[in-house]
Amino acid sequence: MSSTILFRRGRVIDPRNGVDGVRDVLVRDGRVTDVSEAPLSVNEPDVQVVEAAGKLVLPGFIDLHVHLREPGEEGKETVLTGCMAAVAGGFTGVVAMPNTKPVNDSVLVTEYVKAKAREARLCHVYLAGAITKGLQGEEMAEMGALVSAGCVCITDDGRPVMNAGLMRRALQYAQLFDLPVMVHEEDLTLSGKGVMNEGRTSTRLGLVGIPPSAEVAMVARDLVLLEETKGRLHVAHVSCEGSVRLIREAKRQGLRVTAEAAPHHFTLDDEAVGAYDTHARMNPPLRTRRDVEALREALADGTIDAIATDHAPHGVLEKQVEFDKAWNGVVGLETALGLTLALVREGVLSLQRAVALLTDGPAKAFGLPGGHLAAGAPADIVVVEPNAEWTVDSARFFSRSRNTPFHGRRLTGRVAQTWVSGRLVFEDGHIKEHR
Amino acid sequence: MRHLLGIEGLRRADIEALLDRAEAHLQGGPDASHVLRGRVVANLFFEDSTRTRTSFEMAAHALGARVLNWTAAGSSVSKGETLLDTVRNIEATGPVVLVIRHRSSGAPHLVAKHVRCAVVNAGDGTHEHPSQALLDAFTLRRRWGRLDGRTVVIVGDILHSRVARSNLHCLTALGARVVLCGPPTLLPPGLESLGAEVSTSLDAVLPRADAVMCLRVQTERQTENFFPSAREFSRLFGLNAARAERLKPEALVLHPGPMNRGVEIAPAVADGPRSVILEQVAHGVAVRRAILEEVCR
Ligand SMILES: [Zn+2]
Repeated sequence: MSSTILFRRGRVIDPRNGVDGVRDVLVRDGRVTDVSEAPLSVNEPDVQVVEAAGKLVLPGFIDLHVHLREPGEEGKETVLTGCMAAVAGGFTGVVAMPNTKPVNDSVLVTEYVKAKAREARLCHVYLAGAITKGLQGEEMAEMGALVSAGCVCITDDGRPVMNAGLMRRALQYAQLFDLPVMVHEEDLTLSGKGVMNEGRTSTRLGLVGIPPSAEVAMVARDLVLLEETKGRLHVAHVSCEGSVRLIREAKRQGLRVTAEAAPHHFTLDDEAVGAYDTHARMNPPLRTRRDVEALREALADGTIDAIATDHAPHGVLEKQVEFDKAWNGVVGLETALGLTLALVREGVLSLQRAVALLTDGPAKAFGLPGGHLAAGAPADIVVVEPNAEWTVDSARFFSRSRNTPFHGRRLTGRVAQTWVSGRLVFEDGHIKEHR
Repeated sequence: MRHLLGIEGLRRADIEALLDRAEAHLQGGPDASHVLRGRVVANLFFEDSTRTRTSFEMAAHALGARVLNWTAAGSSVSKGETLLDTVRNIEATGPVVLVIRHRSSGAPHLVAKHVRCAVVNAGDGTHEHPSQALLDAFTLRRRWGRLDGRTVVIVGDILHSRVARSNLHCLTALGARVVLCGPPTLLPPGLESLGAEVSTSLDAVLPRADAVMCLRVQTERQTENFFPSAREFSRLFGLNAARAERLKPEALVLHPGPMNRGVEIAPAVADGPRSVILEQVAHGVAVRRAILEEVCR
């Protein structure tokens, strides 16, 4: 196959480089070599031409927060199926969380997942290492070794670091490597046995509520620690208004804090639990309409840097049970684009801002390659049909799991092609031969 | 109605039809012993409640049904079988109704989505206890004729009470005003939006009450710091003799049982002239007959 590709006459949106307009994009040997307003003519016999008129040509999306479940729970997802779901959703890079079995707190697990990702050969898989051994919140994992093995951040995601002293030291020590510390903010003494947001709906359903303070209090604690220690903090899956306010203020003060929000949190409120629908059970929980509005504002004004899916596959066994026994989480890779573009249609975000939240924002938050299309950038490119309408059918997900509250929802905007390092890996609903 | 999963969402007419039917049963009405003749009603009690189970059992017998009593203790549930597996196995034996009591809020809703027979909620977690609310309303209606304009104070652990939730929906649907009273730690948010008036002072609301329902207080809640001690709870929210003195002369006292005498209710009040607690128990069977009949129609 040709290693020269010409994307012709698509609307290129590259927020980092201030590009929004019809351009030709030329790719050679896996890298972008030219982005031109004038049509390019390439006099080579084997150039591959992608006619992109009427379509969007975007940097490949980067998801800072996915659970690939391998090693340990391959029945829910594997690195391969997770990567398939990623490229089907337009993601050319994902950051895999360390709460696998065993936990990624060692070079061995990092290397294992990297090897699986090389085998899958679909998208870039970046690793997050654990902050503490076994995610136990007691002893720091060997951060230096994890970084050498290729980890791009550390996190105990799925759990908070309840020990404030340990958290403080982790923020200090991570500065040796200029590493972002990603935090799942939840004060366990406040969330207790809670299974959904505390409010009118939890009261009506007789379910134990999780107050917003469970998240906000920990965001406040960690911002205080950040101010004192400097370092880099990344707040995962921000769910409520109080957190947004604190992060906005911290950014104003110049602290190095970044934040992400998940499509389910900026789309649904806690009434989505309906009659005990376990697909609406997640942690942090779906909050109120007011929190949803606050997240949308924060996505627009830059308080939140990235849209991250918190893709969390679970099998039927974990979801077809009593609400209080169900596991937390939703799959998100294949619905993220449509849900993000819905914000554009609703006038919440400009199209440029929406693209930035999927590309430039996440790339910068973790210092990852890609996320833009300047000459020299990796040819991680998504071609999107912005007006294509489709209905979410979880049975057709590439992910091995089906746990989504969005089954049956009409979405607008579909991935036509996904290119990773100049290789076409997904086209018109099909994964391209990946071996 | 196909199932009875809760009172929320029922129309006043639905509720009144059930109460009318219960009244007919209580009066001895037409012989109903053939209504479910030869059919099986399965009592699935994942949580113990001798009182409710016996009441449903007697109601089923009165309709001519056979009763399959199933309890979680010593069953395959303790070996990790899921709720749906258990229920599907029982459904395969052919009951027409599953009466379900479960610790998890929403468990009967989950079951109803996956079975063909009727499902009756006999109490789910801290969500609803519809048959209890219906028998409470039935008891009040027999005394008052109608509930419109009456004020019922429900006092105690509102947060964890399925009886409070079902009664709130039921009594307001029938035109009564419901005041939910307890310490702030046991009053969950959003109660007003469900149609209740909320108070943290029993003394302030007592004079207006046409009936007071005391809820059972579980002493475990003390170790979870919902309140400092049973003694303090009793002093602030217990219906003692002195408080009962200040009720309207004709005001009634209810308790869904089982009672902690001396904590949420004083023995003298529970056994006193205002108490309709034993009537509540007696009305349970008639109301449950009406429910079983309705979902089997
Ligand atoms: Zn998390």
